[in-house]
Order: sequence, then C-alpha cells, then structure tokens
Amino acid sequence: MKTNKSNVLQVINVSKKYANVLANDEVSLTLNHAQIHALLGENGAGKSTLVKIIYGLVKPDRGKMILNGQKYAPDNPQKARMSGVGMVFQHFSLFDSLTVAQNILLGLDKRQSSTSLLDKIVQISTDYGLALEPRMIVGDLSAGERQRIEIVRCLLQNPKLLIMDEPTSVLTPTEIEQLFNTLNQLSAQGTSILYISHKLEEVRKLCGEGTILRNGQVIKNFIPSTTTSSEIAELMVGKKVQSTIKSKSRAKNIILNINNLSIDSRTPFGTNLKNISLKVRQGEILGIGGVAGSGQDELLLTLTGESKVKKNTLFYKNKDIGNLNPQERREIGFLTAPEERLGHAAAPEMTLMENCLITAKKSKNLMVHGWINFTKTGDFANDIIKKFDVRAGDNKSLAKTLSGGNLQKFLIGRELSQDPEVIIVNQPTWGVDAAAAQFIRQALLNLVSHGTAAIIISQDLDELIEISDRFTALVNGSMSTPRITTELTVSEIGLMLSTENAPK
Amino acid sequence: MDFASIDPTTIIYNLMIAATPILYAALGELLVEKAGVLNLGVEGMMIIGAICGFAISVETGSSYIGFIAAACGGAMLSVIFAVMTQYFLANQVASGLALTLFGLGLAALLGHSYTGQVPPQISKLDLPILSTIPVFGKMFFHHDFFVYFSLMLVLFVWYFLTKTRLGLVVQAVGENHDSAHAIGYSVTTIRFFSILFGGALAGLGGGYLSLIRVPQWTEGMTAGAGWIALAIVVFSSWRPWRLILGAYIFGGITILQLNLQAIGVNIDIALLSMTPYAITIVALVLMSVNKSKKSLGAPGSLGKSFIKVS
Repeated sequence: MKTNKSNVLQVINVSKKYANVLANDEVSLTLNHAQIHALLGENGAGKSTLVKIIYGLVKPDRGKMILNGQKYAPDNPQKARMSGVGMVFQHFSLFDSLTVAQNILLGLDKRQSSTSLLDKIVQISTDYGLALEPRMIVGDLSAGERQRIEIVRCLLQNPKLLIMDEPTSVLTPTEIEQLFNTLNQLSAQGTSILYISHKLEEVRKLCGEGTILRNGQVIKNFIPSTTTSSEIAELMVGKKVQSTIKSKSRAKNIILNINNLSIDSRTPFGTNLKNISLKVRQGEILGIGGVAGSGQDELLLTLTGESKVKKNTLFYKNKDIGNLNPQERREIGFLTAPEERLGHAAAPEMTLMENCLITAKKSKNLMVHGWINFTKTGDFANDIIKKFDVRAGDNKSLAKTLSGGNLQKFLIGRELSQDPEVIIVNQPTWGVDAAAAQFIRQALLNLVSHGTAAIIISQDLDELIEISDRFTALVNGSMSTPRITTELTVSEIGLMLSTENAPK
Repeated sequence: MDFASIDPTTIIYNLMIAATPILYAALGELLVEKAGVLNLGVEGMMIIGAICGFAISVETGSSYIGFIAAACGGAMLSVIFAVMTQYFLANQVASGLALTLFGLGLAALLGHSYTGQVPPQISKLDLPILSTIPVFGKMFFHHDFFVYFSLMLVLFVWYFLTKTRLGLVVQAVGENHDSAHAIGYSVTTIRFFSILFGGALAGLGGGYLSLIRVPQWTEGMTAGAGWIALAIVVFSSWRPWRLILGAYIFGGITILQLNLQAIGVNIDIALLSMTPYAITIVALVLMSVNKSKKSLGAPGSLGKSFIKVS
C-alpha cells in the first residue's frame, strides 16, 4: 500500500495508561508535509504524553505510528532523532555550567569535530536568525537564548518533524515574533512542526491546522484560522469559560513601600535584585511581568521574609518590616503564596488540614496555648474546600494527592480566607486548567475590591493585562516604573520586558 | 631541637608517598561527584582495598597482583552503594556513611590473621638518567610505579572529562540529570560505572597504604584518609589538576609534622598529629566563605537521587 506522500507522521489509535489514568485514549493524528500543526489542550489533556511517545521517551500500550510511510516505534530519543524527529522541550534540557557548544554537542548523535561543529552552529544561527555565541556559558543566558540553543540543536540534525512544547511560555513578545519567523521559514523549507500550546491567539496566527485533546481523547481536528478563540476554548475545556468581572479600581493609601531594594541571589545562576523601588496602594493589583529567572524568585523571598533585607528598604504601613520573619509578617496581615506548590507553599506529605495550620495558626486562632484545635482547623479547611470549589476527598487528603489546579485553589483559598491586607502571589495560575485559573483570578479581584493590596508576579502576560491595575516588569533583576495597565499597548509592554535595552 | 636535621629532599620524597593514597581516592571520588553522586563511603572502600591488596599480595607474593586485588575489592564494595542508591534510590549520604562503617568492620574481620605480617617489597622504578640528577632525581624520580601511575591517572581523568564526548556526558549527567535523561542518556548506567571507577581508585589508594606507605596491616589503618580525600575534592573545586595540589599539601603537612615530632619540637604530639586534619577544615571553611555553589564549581545534581518519571 502506498501512503499519501504529503503525510509525514500518522499516529493511529495510540493509548497509554498510567496507574488508573488513561493519558491517551485511542489518539489518532495526521501531520502533513511542511505544515505547522497545533496540538491544543488543557493541562492533563494528554499532550505531553503524546509527544513523549512520538519522541521515544514513553512507550504506548497500544496503537502504532507511521513516519514517512514506514512503521515507526522509537525505543529512545536517539532512535527518534535518527528517524528525523526533533523536539524542543518546555523545560529546557540544558546544562547550566557547560558552554553553548557543549550543550549542542550533547544533543547530537553523530560524532562531530568541535571546529566543524562551531562552524555549523554559526551557519545555522545566521540562516535562521537565531543569534548565539557558542562559547558562552548557558547559565548566564536568557530564556530566549536558551530556547535558541535547543532549536539549533534540533536543526543540526535536519529534522523532518520538529516538536515544540509550549515554546512561547518563557519568551518576551519580541522574542515570540522572532520565533514565529524562524518557524515559518522552517515550514516553508519543508519541515513539519507539531506546535503544542494553550495560547489560542498564537495558534490562530501561526498554525495551518490543529487538533484538540481533552481527557486523553481527540476532540476535534480544526483549521485555526477559521475557528474563533472562544470556540477553541470551549472545545478545550468542554464548557463555556466565563470572563472575569473587574470592579472599578479604587486605589487608596500606600500600604507597602519598597525603597531601593538590592539583594544578592542565594542560588547559583540566580539573579541579583538591583535598586528596586515600588509603592503599592490598598485596593489595587500590581502586576509584575518578566521572563523566568528575571529575579521573581528572589523578590518573592524578600517579601515572604525568607531572605532578610537591609534597614529602610521594606515598609508596611510606614513601619520597617525588613527583619520580620515569615510568621511575624503573617501576623500583621502580610501574606504570600509562592510559585512552587509542593514543598514551598504546601507540605506534600501532610493533610490539607495540617497545611492550613502552617500559615493560618495565628490569624485564625487555630492553636490554644500550644495545643491544636482540631475542630476549628478542620472547619477552616472545609470552608476553603467549599468556598473555593476544591475537588479533594476531604480535609484529611494529603496535599500531594491533589491535582495542580485543585491544590492551587486550596492554597490561594487558604491565604485569601485569612483577610490579608497585602497579598503577594507568584504565578497564581501556573499549570492550572482554564476554569480553575479563571476562578482564582476572580477570587483575587474580589479580595482587592474590599481594599486589599495585591502583587501578582506572573509570566502569563495575558493574565496580568486582564487583572492588574498597574503593570511593571522585572528585567535582569531591575524593575521598570509601574504604568497604568489600560494605558499600555502590547508593543510598549514588549519594550518593558525586553532584555536588550535593560541595564545588565 | 635541631631543625638542620630536617632534609628537604627527604621531605619532598616522603610527601609524595604520603599524598599518593589520598590522590588515588580523591581522583576516584572526583569522577563520581562529577557524575552527580556523593559517595561518603571512600574511607570504607579504601580500607577494603588496603586489606584485599595486603592479603592477596601476601598469598601470591606479588605486589602487582595485590594492587589489582585492592582495586577489585574497592570496586566490589562500591557495587553495594551503587545498587542501593541508583536502583533502590536510597539516600546517598546515609548509604555512604553505612558503607564506611561496613567497610571498616569487614576489613577488620578479613584482616584478623594478617596483622603483623610483612608484604612483599615493591621495587623502586629508578627512572634512567632522570634519577641520577642530583637532588631532583632523589625527590621526584626515585619512586615506585604507583606514584607515577597516580599522576598519569590524573592526566587521564582530566583528558577524559574535558576532551572526550563520554566525559562530557558524565559531566552533563552530574550537572542536570533530568536534562540528560530527556536528551536520551542513561543516567543510572553512567552513574553506576562512575561509582565503580571511584571504588576501584579508592581501593588502589588503600592498597598503596598497606603495601607501600606503611607497609603493614593494622585495623583502621586508613585513619581518616578517605575523609581527607573527600575534602580535597571540594578543595580542588572539582578540577583534577588541583587535586594534586591538595593531596600534596596534605601529604606535606603530614610529613612535616612527623619530622617536627621526631626532632622533639616543644608542641604536644597530639596537636601536631591533628594539624593535617585541622588545616583541611580551615581550607574548606576559607573556600566556602562568600562563595556561592556556582563559583565553587559543584555539579548541579550532586547528591540528588535521579527518579525517572514517565
């Protein structure tokens, strides 16, 4: 039987089961020659499992694949690469302490002399507009530059199919523009691209065809340019997604004042904060954007109280709180929700009830003379579960057993239920499905309408534009002057986020 | 006291011998740590190497066969550690400490009947011409094969890590095991063989101790050499050439304090015996002050278990 020549890859009825979750259920997919094909779906829809199967990292339980008319069942990524399949990971598979050239060499299967490799890297980076300096140490590079390394690494092997997993989640608007140019150039030259994303506008702009996954099943094949974003969103989520309702901003007195804050990072290849000054008012949401690794983690640690700061840099209600520890800060209504859910915001091996105790023991009087009041703690946990629609067994479920979205709803709920006066949230909706994300954003907006001040640190620009009153960006540990969000254009935001004109 | 009786030539000559066992063990551990594994069982693997080497060379009458046995003994003990940490994902620190305790105990048991015996002598490898140079000849070119072999191995490990593709893969695995796995390298296999190499070298170091340095078998004769080797790896910032410096400084202090004891310096012997260890601690503290892990050069995944998810 002769296969249609325009098919590059056919996935036929592939299934994969983990424990008791069916990650891929009879998934079939056809990728055409020189097309950019979108793979859309919520977190947990099975996108990652599917591409891992295509890239040889996971073996399917059932089903088969046909690549260029031949049976294709890679045992490992090396075999996949040799068959002409390349992949750029969402979380880069790079080594910080090695050079760009060494990182590229590690991802190649054929032996290369280092001089000819350097020539080839320079060649490809100029051909596709992927500026790279082969001798730089990767740990010192930006997220955009790191992604270019991954792409160059793939291109060196002349792939027929390139898989891109959420490539724009860490890029600035300018970098996204560059990436799209590169991808269009590649597809024009005959490379097929499987483009995984949950950003609908991007997909509509870039991709010629697309497939939507939900709960491990193919819901629909569609043409992105003729389908509206809300139609796609509905297909992904399975129901209508409401938009958030924002009440008129009523910013009042300054409650938090950061004055010329500088601090050295504690982690290798971390970012030092440089002269950050910021005023936050009651009743407003201040959004802080920036690509990953611009100093967000360091800023959060100084605000939680895990990193101590110098005198006269951090004022809350005109009092210097720079040397208060996290517990002391919570007691005065200054709450934080870190990005890392398991291990930082919650103790994975503890129950939801016990996790409530960790931050709310004082503000909710859950302890009396050093003894835990279990009834009260349990009621508090149940309240959160009910009010924030957390799908968990009961308040004795271990934190690690909850899905990302449900745990995040619980953790945000835990902080919001303590009536904070200032709340700082890092990546409120990271890895959370669209419905839960919308819920969390609405909850934050509701809280702020009662006079709380919120700082939202996020890499999701759409989210910040949607909910924040003022917007600022962290770039290489420096912060720009906050601007009223509604007065900003997309290109102005792009400029604020750009690393090129920022002080190094 | 007669400081004039301390002969610099003899001191240099002796310090190279004193440093060699530590250099072997530290070099092995360096490669293991480069692969991202922290094996605190160096002391245990060394002493197993010491008794295996000693016993086999006494039985066979050949020092060289003894050294092969020492390397095999160390490697065999490290297999326990490798299986525990790489396949059963046991905690590396706890497993390493247990390995040291087990090794010390097992060596005492094995060596019970060898106490007081004399191993076969190994001939000096007087290098032609070089060994006849006055002063320098006696200091540097009058040693046995295994002193030179340790330096050759440093060259080999340096070349392997910086110039070969496999060496780059080992470093990559130690730097970020998740990335290495995603690209398609077998983290577990690479770490397994690195641990084996580290065990063999620790065994060689132990063998050098019991066959040449001392040469005798006594219970617990490594006396902390394995821990010093671990410290020297940190001191060297995971760079092979600096290991030589670290090991020779330590060897030098050991020999110098022995000489000072011999000429009867008016300092308590206990304090003098302590100096090599105390100076190791001081050096480590000085190195860690105001320095992040990055500038120290520690591998990114050092000591972390690799848990495969997929």
